[in-house]
Amino acid sequence: MMVHGEIWTAKELFVYPNEYIYWSIQIVMYPFMTGLVAGAFVLSSLYHVFGIKQLRNMARFALVFSFALLFAAPLPLMFHLLKPLRGMHVFMTPHFTSAIAAFGIVFSTYGAIVASELWFLYRKHFVDIAKPLKEKKNKTLAEWSKFIVFCSLTLGVYDVSEEALRKDEKAIKILAGAGIPVACFLHGYAGFIFGSVKANALWMTPLMPVIFIMSAIVSGIALCMLTYILTMEARKLLSKNRRRPSPVHRSHDEIRSVQINEISMTARYLLFFLIFAISLELLDLIFRGYTAVKSWDVLRSVIYGKDFTSIFLLQYGLGNLLPLILFLAPGLTIRRAVVGVLLVLFGVFMMRWNVVIGGQAFSLSFAGYMHYHLPIIPHDFETFKEGLFGAAVIFVMPFVLFYFIARIFPVFDLKETH
Amino acid sequence: MNRRDFLKSAATGIAAIALPLAAFEFVRPSELFATKDNLAIRWVFLVDTYKCVGCGLCVKACKNENEVPYDANVTRTWVERYVITRDGRRFADTPKGARDGFTTSRIELGGDKFQEIRNEEIEKAFFVPKLCNQCENPPCVQVCPVGATYQAPDGVVLVDRSWCIGCGYCIMGCPYGVRFFHPVHHVAEKCNFCYHRITRGLKPACVLACPFGARDIGNIKDPADPVTRIIMTERVGILKEEYGTKPQVFYIGLDREVK
Repeated sequence: MMVHGEIWTAKELFVYPNEYIYWSIQIVMYPFMTGLVAGAFVLSSLYHVFGIKQLRNMARFALVFSFALLFAAPLPLMFHLLKPLRGMHVFMTPHFTSAIAAFGIVFSTYGAIVASELWFLYRKHFVDIAKPLKEKKNKTLAEWSKFIVFCSLTLGVYDVSEEALRKDEKAIKILAGAGIPVACFLHGYAGFIFGSVKANALWMTPLMPVIFIMSAIVSGIALCMLTYILTMEARKLLSKNRRRPSPVHRSHDEIRSVQINEISMTARYLLFFLIFAISLELLDLIFRGYTAVKSWDVLRSVIYGKDFTSIFLLQYGLGNLLPLILFLAPGLTIRRAVVGVLLVLFGVFMMRWNVVIGGQAFSLSFAGYMHYHLPIIPHDFETFKEGLFGAAVIFVMPFVLFYFIARIFPVFDLKETH
Repeated sequence: MNRRDFLKSAATGIAAIALPLAAFEFVRPSELFATKDNLAIRWVFLVDTYKCVGCGLCVKACKNENEVPYDANVTRTWVERYVITRDGRRFADTPKGARDGFTTSRIELGGDKFQEIRNEEIEKAFFVPKLCNQCENPPCVQVCPVGATYQAPDGVVLVDRSWCIGCGYCIMGCPYGVRFFHPVHHVAEKCNFCYHRITRGLKPACVLACPFGARDIGNIKDPADPVTRIIMTERVGILKEEYGTKPQVFYIGLDREVK
């Protein structure tokens, strides 16, 4: 009879009999996805709160994307639970000495902030669509359904006077401002879940929440840049095919100049947070080596031995150093930016991997090791949801959601409202 | 009735209901339980490593008593073997948790690899039984997000199988590695000193199964208890003190090699 975790765990030397890699790929995905959510939101707030004008388009885009990511973020936890149907118990009987217990509260607070900010941002858009439909007689079925959707989205508020819009603007600013600490809390707290496990020598450090926040912002910005470039490229293609320029759709060159401007601006913020994240991680590593407490012998053998490739080559080399060079080299092009952000995303994913899987790579006895073999071809539900395919489903989900959400909250070519 | 009036009277109504409710005192079930029975029990465990020969009968008895599938590679209690050779090499293993005892002198190295050690090479060797420490400050209870694992007033940490969500945080939080997922129930599982037995005045299955008296359970609040006498008067050790969990399984003859 197979025990949960036995199928993907290989033991070496002295490991306690009950030890397996219980937290697998989905727990790698969980901080990765919440990190993307938090990062995307922080990016959008840079414009709304600090008034960084160059990020205007990016800000709106990032907010909508953050909303799409928000729905995908709790899914890895559900996939990971052995009793997923009991997931609601966390809301019903939260046990507040546990770091996981507050997840429901922090997460819904954050969701409410993003949703209300979106509403204020798109209120005029909803009214613009709902109002003519309301007045129109003999609506078709399609028009009826469109009317019902947008009419409900207005929440019955049709006031789009100059003064009302100014109030909207103010509300957005307040919500974006309040959202930054909440987003940081949401993710810092994911770091706390790991950092507070005293039984785990690799995880336990008060730096963990801060490291998580920094890398979260890095990954969120990177994903926003990537998706932004992809959608822009798609629009370029569309505008190429279109013969005569319409007033709504911008011309090819116009899109191009906007694009490179936004990207190089965003890249600067990406770099700033990336350098901060790397410094903290290195500080943690140096500190562990210098203090060399009881666990250091086994940690050193994992960090510099067993996991050397995934930590130093994949995470720091390919995921941090190379993109750093790519972005710092003069004359940033779109193509180079795409390679850069892909590498950054990979680097942050590897960091999550090295924390979650690396933290279970050694036994609690400090005298043995465990190796993780990611299930690739699923042969039952367990190896599907905690395997490569389960992780892929989680990763693709926000993009699919974004496609639908962007139908209601258009991110480009919105008639200038504010 | 206009909106303003409605809100006003609603607020007054709620206040009027809330006031008499405030007169009730909310008592936690655990508080009630404590005052009712006034338990003078704190279960502790004593292991005499000098007496353990690594036969594994305790592991067998535990698996049968507590319905942990016999062939599953998890167990509530297990026995570790430590071997230190003359040239200073250190080995430890616990094949299948020592369910079948240590029948060969080969040391298991994991991944189907073994180390042969000749008797004349051995400097020191001994066995150490392990089980849940029923910590006074249990990290597993602290980290459970739904309160499905909790400490009974007599000190034993229990798991509510009907409420556990299977997140594994308690497994991660335990420095002793005593927790695992039950292969049948798919929830967290651990040793509870055979709670169903000790609360009826019986000894745990492993204590009864041990032919050499290496294991015993006692009540530390009872000064006349033989286990309490030994803990109070002799030199005993505990495991992994540095985690601050205050473990309640005491060992006679603990070695610094014990992990």
